[in-house]
Amino acid sequence: MTASEIIFWFLSVLALFSAIMVLISRNPVHSVLWLIVVFFAISGHYILLNAQFLAIVNLIVYAGAIMVLFLFVIMLMNLNTETEPQRNTWLKVIGVISGGLLLTVMVSAARSAGELSNKTALIGAGDIGLIQNLGKVLFNQYVVPFEITSVLFLSAMVGAVVIGKKD
Amino acid sequence: MPIQYYIALASALFCIGVVGVLTRRNAIIIFMCIELMLNAVNLLLVAFSKMPFNIAETGASNASAGADAQLFVFFIMVVAAAEVSVGLAIIVMMYRNVHSVDINFLNRLKN
Repeated sequence: MTASEIIFWFLSVLALFSAIMVLISRNPVHSVLWLIVVFFAISGHYILLNAQFLAIVNLIVYAGAIMVLFLFVIMLMNLNTETEPQRNTWLKVIGVISGGLLLTVMVSAARSAGELSNKTALIGAGDIGLIQNLGKVLFNQYVVPFEITSVLFLSAMVGAVVIGKKD
Repeated sequence: MPIQYYIALASALFCIGVVGVLTRRNAIIIFMCIELMLNAVNLLLVAFSKMPFNIAETGASNASAGADAQLFVFFIMVVAAAEVSVGLAIIVMMYRNVHSVDINFLNRLKN
């Protein structure tokens, strides 16, 4: 077992455990903190796949900005109590069963796909994930979507202000 | 690493997100589970972008083969950031109106 395999399994177990802890935490603040752990594990996977730019963007945008926004909202509404009303156990069991069935279907479909057998994802090889190559592709082929994205951000900002305004 | 492992990991994360959406009632936690699903898809896209199959199809020794997938992930992250800002504004407005983030209070359109 090589070092990258050990890191892969460690990060996978960490991601799955933290994702489950997001679900079963009663306190929303704890859920946010566990979700940040999930994002760190996924960023570790990106680094393992040599996608450094996406790893850093994931950390800055998701773990840095979005999760702080979630924490702000939770603290603003004073929701960090453990008195969330629960769905009845029935619906929980049904939700877990349907999620498990979905997982079974997806994993078995991937296992039986002939095109995917014996295919590997290169670990620690290739340099397409470096910011130089991604920047060249982004500003040559994808300039128009990139600029449209700025319009999207502007409209999202206006929308958030209009919705959140006290009237 | 076999690509199947990444598919299984991403599917498991996605299904945990689905279960969270189905079983929780707090709107903020449902929103966080949606973020979890988006990240599972991102992880799978990055893993697929590193498949040699991909590079063989689009021409060998092409330096930018697979960069499209990673830029797609970048755009997903950008759209998710915009989505979170609007979604949290909607949740704040909902809290201001019904003084709760319980989604079961949102069935008033029913009658």
